[in-house]
Amino acid sequence: MNAAPGKAPSSTGKARPPTARARITAVTSGKGGVGKTFVSVNLAAALARQGRRVLVLDADLGLANLDVMLDLAPKITLHDVFTGKSSLEDAILPAPGGFSALLAGSGMVEYSRMTPEVRDQLLKVIETVAPRYDHVILDTGAGISDVVLYAVSLADEVLVVVTPEPTSMTDAYATIKVLAATQSRSLVKVVVNQTRRHGEGRAVCLQLQHVVDRFVNTGRSVPVRLDLMGQVPLDIAVRDSVLRRQLLMEALPGSPAALAVAAVATRLLD
Amino acid sequence: MQLDTALQLLRQAGHDLPEGTPGSEPWLQSLIDSLVDMSSRDALTGLANRRSFELALAREIDRVARAGEPALLLALDIDHFKSVNDTHGHASGDLVLKAVAKALLECVRPMDMVARVGGEEFAIVMPNCPATFGETVAERVRRRIEAMPVSIGLAQQIQVSVSIGGAFAPQWVRSSPALWIERADIQLYRAKAEGRNRVCLEPSAVSVVSAEEKALLFGISQFQDLE
Repeated sequence: MNAAPGKAPSSTGKARPPTARARITAVTSGKGGVGKTFVSVNLAAALARQGRRVLVLDADLGLANLDVMLDLAPKITLHDVFTGKSSLEDAILPAPGGFSALLAGSGMVEYSRMTPEVRDQLLKVIETVAPRYDHVILDTGAGISDVVLYAVSLADEVLVVVTPEPTSMTDAYATIKVLAATQSRSLVKVVVNQTRRHGEGRAVCLQLQHVVDRFVNTGRSVPVRLDLMGQVPLDIAVRDSVLRRQLLMEALPGSPAALAVAAVATRLLD
Repeated sequence: MQLDTALQLLRQAGHDLPEGTPGSEPWLQSLIDSLVDMSSRDALTGLANRRSFELALAREIDRVARAGEPALLLALDIDHFKSVNDTHGHASGDLVLKAVAKALLECVRPMDMVARVGGEEFAIVMPNCPATFGETVAERVRRRIEAMPVSIGLAQQIQVSVSIGGAFAPQWVRSSPALWIERADIQLYRAKAEGRNRVCLEPSAVSVVSAEEKALLFGISQFQDLE
């Protein structure tokens, strides 16, 4: 159930109708380096600013860089939870930006392949945190591995981050195709990152939809529809904030990219 | 209770009748078991019917989602079956259905489920079937039917063939029986369209983007003024 009553968070950001279970959004991209983790964490901060309790879960169990992005050096990670060394509570960290983060840690390489154990552990973690938050964001790994597909299958909605570059569009399309083929998912939300001109996000999304209609939707009883959540302009502020290991939403909330991510957050809750 | 009707139905279906004292608990249990067995089978061929096939499919999806073992679903259709019926009569059509059913059972493993899901449509659920074996397994089934003469009279034999479509259950992911059937059916239509008596499996590497797809993705002028 995505129970999120998206509208009108109070100006104090406190009043919020209780929701039974978090809405789970999987952020994925196919290609790495297109700003997937950037979108995940800044989206989390934007949602937190709207008064929602948000957790970002590092679902890239192999090569996570959420910790780098958030400038966190956690002593306890998902790895310790999976191996039973620590409780889940101890692994959840407060992140800059007013949300919580659950990091994988670099010792997770052994979990980068899907096994029944990883499956059960991940499911258990998500089921445990879901009732405690309004929104859980699964920051998945690059590529279309079985871990990524599994994480996406646990989510209420999937958000694909794509840039206008041909390699990114190709990989985003491949991801959408695999999701369409393997999961009964008919709606894919899209964020176009690093756009250079107004309307480029719409053009990229339309182009993807065009190819999906032609090659994926033929013969399907329920067609796959792409829904553009917004475009985030190429912005030097993003690079500056990443280099300074600061959250853009915190460091430069008035920058064009930060404003665009905030608009995506609002759109997501619509 | 319609015990007499139940016994009649079982007798007609060739089932063993319950033993023991009529009306006793073991007798009733045995009667229920026989009725359950009968209602999960196709009367003509003795294969699993559509109802038990769908149950098996849901079970298999659970298993694939949990254990990650690949499973293959084959959708089969007898080619030009209508003309068999029209030319040789429905009794001959029934003989063909029975012969195909028997042949299908003979070329699968005991753990596989063969079902008759419609008029001349069959399905096979194959648990724990590695993706690399799919083509071989399906092709073996197709050839078995192709090589099998069906006797429809004292001195009359006919030859039939099947078109086969197949799709693997997505590993680790909880899909739905409806979507899995749809994917296998799409491949079956493809096999029919490509000339029948052939096997079409869903390409397992769906993540590969073809040149045709790329052309459409980038071939439109709106992207040419990008740089």
